[in-house]
Amino acid sequence: MHAATLDDTGQHEEHPYGLMRWVTTTNHKDIGTLYLWFSFLMFLAAGSMAMLIRMELFQPGLQLVQPALFNQLTTMHGLLMIFGAIMPAFVGFANWQVPLMIGAPDMAFPRLNNWSFWLLPAAATLLIASLFVPGGAVAGGWTLYPPLFIQGGIAYDMAILAMHILGLSSIMGAINIITTILNMRAPGMTMMKMPMFVWTWLITAYLLVAVMPVLACAITMLLTDRHFGTHFFDAAGGGDPVLFQHVFWFFGHPEVYIMILPAFGIVSTIIPTFSRKPLFGYVSMVIAVASIAILSFIVWAHHMFSTGMPVGGQLFFMYSTMLIAVPTGVKVFNWLATLWRGSISFETPMLFSLAVVCLFTLGGFSGLVLGLVPVDIQLQDTYYVVAHFHYVLFSGAAMSIMAGVYYWLPKWTGHMYDETVAKWHFWLTTIAFNVTFFPMHFLGLAGMPRRIPDYAMQFEGFNRIASTGAFVLGLSQLLFLYCVVKCIRGGAAAGDRPWDGADSLEWTLSSPPPYHSFGVPPLVR
Amino acid sequence: MMPKEGTWEPDLQPPRVAQRAAALAYLLFGHAGTSHADYAINLPPPATGIARQIYDLHTLILWICAAILIVVFVPMVIALVRHRRSAGHVAHRFHDNLRLEILWTAVPVLILVGMAYPATKTVIEMKDWSASDMTIKIVGRQWKWEYEYVDDDLRFISTLSTPRSEIDNVSAKNPNYLLEVDRPLVIPTGAKIKLILTASDVIHAWWIPAFGVKQDAVPGFIRETWFRVDEPGTYRGQCAELCGVGHGFMPIVVEAVSPERFESWKTEQRSQMAALKEASAREYTMAELVGHGEKVYAANCAVCHQANGAGVPPAFPPLDGSKLVAGPAGDHLNRVFNGRSGTAMQAFGPQLSDFDIAAVVTFERNSWSNRIGDVVQPAQVAALRKQH
Repeated sequence: MHAATLDDTGQHEEHPYGLMRWVTTTNHKDIGTLYLWFSFLMFLAAGSMAMLIRMELFQPGLQLVQPALFNQLTTMHGLLMIFGAIMPAFVGFANWQVPLMIGAPDMAFPRLNNWSFWLLPAAATLLIASLFVPGGAVAGGWTLYPPLFIQGGIAYDMAILAMHILGLSSIMGAINIITTILNMRAPGMTMMKMPMFVWTWLITAYLLVAVMPVLACAITMLLTDRHFGTHFFDAAGGGDPVLFQHVFWFFGHPEVYIMILPAFGIVSTIIPTFSRKPLFGYVSMVIAVASIAILSFIVWAHHMFSTGMPVGGQLFFMYSTMLIAVPTGVKVFNWLATLWRGSISFETPMLFSLAVVCLFTLGGFSGLVLGLVPVDIQLQDTYYVVAHFHYVLFSGAAMSIMAGVYYWLPKWTGHMYDETVAKWHFWLTTIAFNVTFFPMHFLGLAGMPRRIPDYAMQFEGFNRIASTGAFVLGLSQLLFLYCVVKCIRGGAAAGDRPWDGADSLEWTLSSPPPYHSFGVPPLVR
Repeated sequence: MMPKEGTWEPDLQPPRVAQRAAALAYLLFGHAGTSHADYAINLPPPATGIARQIYDLHTLILWICAAILIVVFVPMVIALVRHRRSAGHVAHRFHDNLRLEILWTAVPVLILVGMAYPATKTVIEMKDWSASDMTIKIVGRQWKWEYEYVDDDLRFISTLSTPRSEIDNVSAKNPNYLLEVDRPLVIPTGAKIKLILTASDVIHAWWIPAFGVKQDAVPGFIRETWFRVDEPGTYRGQCAELCGVGHGFMPIVVEAVSPERFESWKTEQRSQMAALKEASAREYTMAELVGHGEKVYAANCAVCHQANGAGVPPAFPPLDGSKLVAGPAGDHLNRVFNGRSGTAMQAFGPQLSDFDIAAVVTFERNSWSNRIGDVVQPAQVAALRKQH
């Protein structure tokens, strides 16, 4: 045990070294770092699975991956990307940035914070280990629909347990974030003075607390149907397979916004910085985020139009879904008005943010197309849907994570990243992403179902283009890794405020910030 | 129903290393473009009134989106070009403009109402299956479709007919690769056809893009939809809901023929069914049963239990050396006939003829290392059927 030494701000920099620093840490910066590295590891694992999928789909016929393994790969790709890569990455940002941006010394519950993180590797190990048990991993799609899900082997129980653990971690993380934001803001920082990123995370955290227990219910019912003789989802015992879909999507649709609202927060932070202007409509942005969150609870059945709903149900969910376009449009218009007559520069975080705005808008359009029941009947379960959700989740969520990493990396490490490598990463990612996913709109329109390991001859051309793009997209992420590692190891000194347009509290600290910051809360006017 | 030669059996075993290496080499170096690849970028040509409405609705939405795209991206490009710091532009630190914000909230609402109106009309029409001319019951099974002409006492099962060798890249692929079946659904043109759908195991979805029809088939529940085709022709589609290992391999083919041809087709089918019944009415030798049973097994059982009877435990138990097979023939027959609820084991009683079931049970009892030595005759199956 080191004797704590106090520096002139009354803060101590001492902590254990080596592995024990990371296992026992209660420091929000360390835990944020852990979350971000964990999510990057999962991003690479799930991305490798996607590349295997694209390799199999390079041409018609079965070449490398047999159907059973193919279904496992698509399922695991989805589960790991959503629960392993995207969600933990945003929690990593929340850990690093929320205390720094509201002037708090740490998260409200530091020990809970440690526990929230260390549940994740356990869950990921369970999920990945399930690939190697008899019968193979879960293969019914990440949506886990029964009765198909009831048919599987032990891997399915391992997946249920893993998702329970992930849910537990998310709920504890969310409670921690809510408490921190509501109770630990610096004097003078009223709710309506909070940075946009903090606002989006506050709302996201409420969504998490509201819907993760719903997922827990759904998968527990699956578990008891599998082993304890219940018939929640089995018509032979009075249950209904479609009931699962209702419960699942009541979780699943807010989950989509859990993955996109913090992305909006990052973009709303970066665009004003590099336009050197305040966010155009702060209040309307807050209202828009809150509206999207509330609407997310009444649109779930638009994932189920082809299950056969009464006409009233289809119309209600069509109208409510279309309504989401309004607050989403408000956000896009606000970003546009923020850019207008600014003094714009194009550093890598800004490039990524602009790409997010453009490509997310395209994802929003395809969402609108899918929201119309008659068109959805045609496109449900096709590659059009695959294109749509990758435009919102890769070019919306994942690319805003990249934007955020480049934006705050100088603050976190004290070094500037290599702008040349970063720009290569940006351009390769953006171009390869579009080469991969844009043709999938056409494939879906032409009638290619999703989740098939082999396809009819007329789909060959676009599949080959998509696969080629996917290989480039996957490999260019190694540049990201290289750029981040290089920045951690050294580089030009960043200074306290490397971006002249940035004005939130974290930029008042040194780069990297002291191990314990804001021991004395700053005064916000 | 006689199983066809060349019916595809999904092979759950990993291919040999050499085969995989050859496939990889083919993938990397050997692939000359095929003549079939095309680059269709839109919905297929509609064959029904509903599909036409969907096509037009999609086109309308696409144009609206294109217009919004211009409204958003033109000012954005202008800002990115003219308001650059490198061009010496200084930021004007304005924010908030209530009038503008009301405008960009209200205008989208009006556009959405404009979109919702035609969509609502189509939804209501899609859901109106009243006054139909005939009803077809569709049952989704892992991994085949069963069609029943409710008014005509006609029923058959439709499975993929693409040979396994094409899927394994051993022989050249035909233009209808993966979109061809042994027995298509035949329907008369000009008739309003109501479909009632269900499934026997997991959720499937019956989908013909040219019809604008996609409906999940949910086990234990009945779903309804309808279509009317005016142009005679062959229309192809696929199962659209992930339903397990064979999901990519249960296509749908509909042949629309003139009402006259439809009537003669029905007569033909009835006489075929009568012939099948006759085949179930006599006794067979063990050699005959095993010979026929092998074909039935390949078409219906090998998907899960494998051609060598080894299964894929734990989901699909082995039949070679199985306790159930070694036990009394009655129990074995009962399992094949009734299936086992809560597992992938289907009830084959409603799917196969008495002769088929007798043959396949006899085959399983006398193949691989199983040497039980008894036979099951069609009459025993008929007796079991009578109890139900």
